[in-house]
Amino acid sequence: MTESLFFFFASLTLLCAVMVVISKNPVYSVIFLILTFFTISAHYILLNAQFLAAVNIIVYAGAIMVLFLFVLMFINTGKNMEDTMKKNVLAKIAGTVAGGLLFTVVVAALKDVTLGHPDPATFNSQVGMVENLGKVLFTKYMLPFQLVAVLFLVSMVGAVMIGKREAGEQNF
Amino acid sequence: MDSVVLIYKGIYILAIFGISLLIATYSTYFERKIAAFIQDRVGPNRAGPMGLLQPLADAGKLFFKEEFIPAKANKTLFILGPGIAMLVAAMSSAVIPFGDTLILGETSFDLIAIDVNIGILYIFGVVSLGVYGLMIGGWASNNKFSLLGAIRAASQNISYELAMGLSLIAVLMLSGSLSLKVIAEQQAGFNWNIWYQPLGFLIFLICAFAETNRTPFDLPESEAELIGGYHTEYSSMKLGMYLFAEYINIFVVSAVMATLYFGAYNFPFMENLRNAFDDPVLGNNVVTILGVVVMFAKIFAFIFFFMWVRWTLPRFRYDQLMKLGWNILIPLAILNILLTGGGILLYEYFTKG
Repeated sequence: MTESLFFFFASLTLLCAVMVVISKNPVYSVIFLILTFFTISAHYILLNAQFLAAVNIIVYAGAIMVLFLFVLMFINTGKNMEDTMKKNVLAKIAGTVAGGLLFTVVVAALKDVTLGHPDPATFNSQVGMVENLGKVLFTKYMLPFQLVAVLFLVSMVGAVMIGKREAGEQNF
Repeated sequence: MDSVVLIYKGIYILAIFGISLLIATYSTYFERKIAAFIQDRVGPNRAGPMGLLQPLADAGKLFFKEEFIPAKANKTLFILGPGIAMLVAAMSSAVIPFGDTLILGETSFDLIAIDVNIGILYIFGVVSLGVYGLMIGGWASNNKFSLLGAIRAASQNISYELAMGLSLIAVLMLSGSLSLKVIAEQQAGFNWNIWYQPLGFLIFLICAFAETNRTPFDLPESEAELIGGYHTEYSSMKLGMYLFAEYINIFVVSAVMATLYFGAYNFPFMENLRNAFDDPVLGNNVVTILGVVVMFAKIFAFIFFFMWVRWTLPRFRYDQLMKLGWNILIPLAILNILLTGGGILLYEYFTKG
């Protein structure tokens, strides 16, 4: 049951991810990206990591993708972009070469990977539950967790500074 | 999970789905009746006794209207928009505990569709997806006014989601659990969260109005500026779906508020009532059924409040809306977290130390 579900969601994820790349319309790309996040959340649930699944939906599908869509709606997704892309043969060749190289790198990296096999006898299936996650974050990984929080704060302040209206600047 | 529980869950999910649709249908009727009462009118009174069949007549009218799709619109997304809005709205009531457990014979039945330990995050995630229906529909209409409505909806939802999440954190600090069932159980009797979280509730309430696009936050569809906002180009049942999704959202948000802050299915002296029966099973079942009634009474009270506000308060200006969200509600919510944390520490200091 779990295995067939995994293969179903895995193929769905790959299909959606491919559709993100090959969609002509950027809005379709964003919608397929949202679907990809959903299928990834399904994988998290299969791994019994419900908190991660929910947070993945809230943060990526619920907030960041809304902003993506927000920006794309302002850009006129007209045919000009597509035309220039069709004519440029050099760009296509460069894209193919770069993609092929990336594929080679991924294959080379995956070749030597050894998958960890957790011992079913000692493995704690509740490790992804929100209580355990919280405990680990606030004890074992306290310092990295707080550093990430500070990093977020800094980037937030930076974003506000960039977005702030300068004195005398007219935006409307 | 044995097959009895599985069948029961299936029936229960269908029942909850049906009930949320029914309540949403009749919300339209009560909205018009309440509006009429507030404005000293009669309201719908032609279809059936007291106009009770009015929602059916409205739905019938919407079904028979012309299905119009603008010529330059993106057809797929134009049809997808209302579908997403409706789907997302109907998904969110799954984790709400409408009652305690019913004991029939040997088995006990939980009156909750799916008891996940991340219940509140599930609702939060689903609610945050609701904006896609509006955005996609507004963009696909290929109309500047629809696009403006969609953009407004998106920025409003994102802004108020932050304050909503922050006000939720204070509740979670008190309960120590993300499961709505556990949060409901902790508020047994009259020990409701509203006594500990008045400020948090106020923030949550305001954000709930903004998230459901209700007046005074209905700027995405403000007719004076944007014709109809994101649903300008929609007609027939597709328009009906958008309006219907809004009422389902109101129902769900009311249920969430009742669960988080007003004790869900708990009511005062429920333990006394439970102990008054000699048979513990009978006592439990009576209290549970009364609890369901109480839960729905609370939900209806909130739905009434939503309508009352709609016909009382005027709409915000757009910059006022953004200022309220970012400059007032978010700092207040952070202050509320600090106060709650301080309160918990003080309580532990005096009770344990």
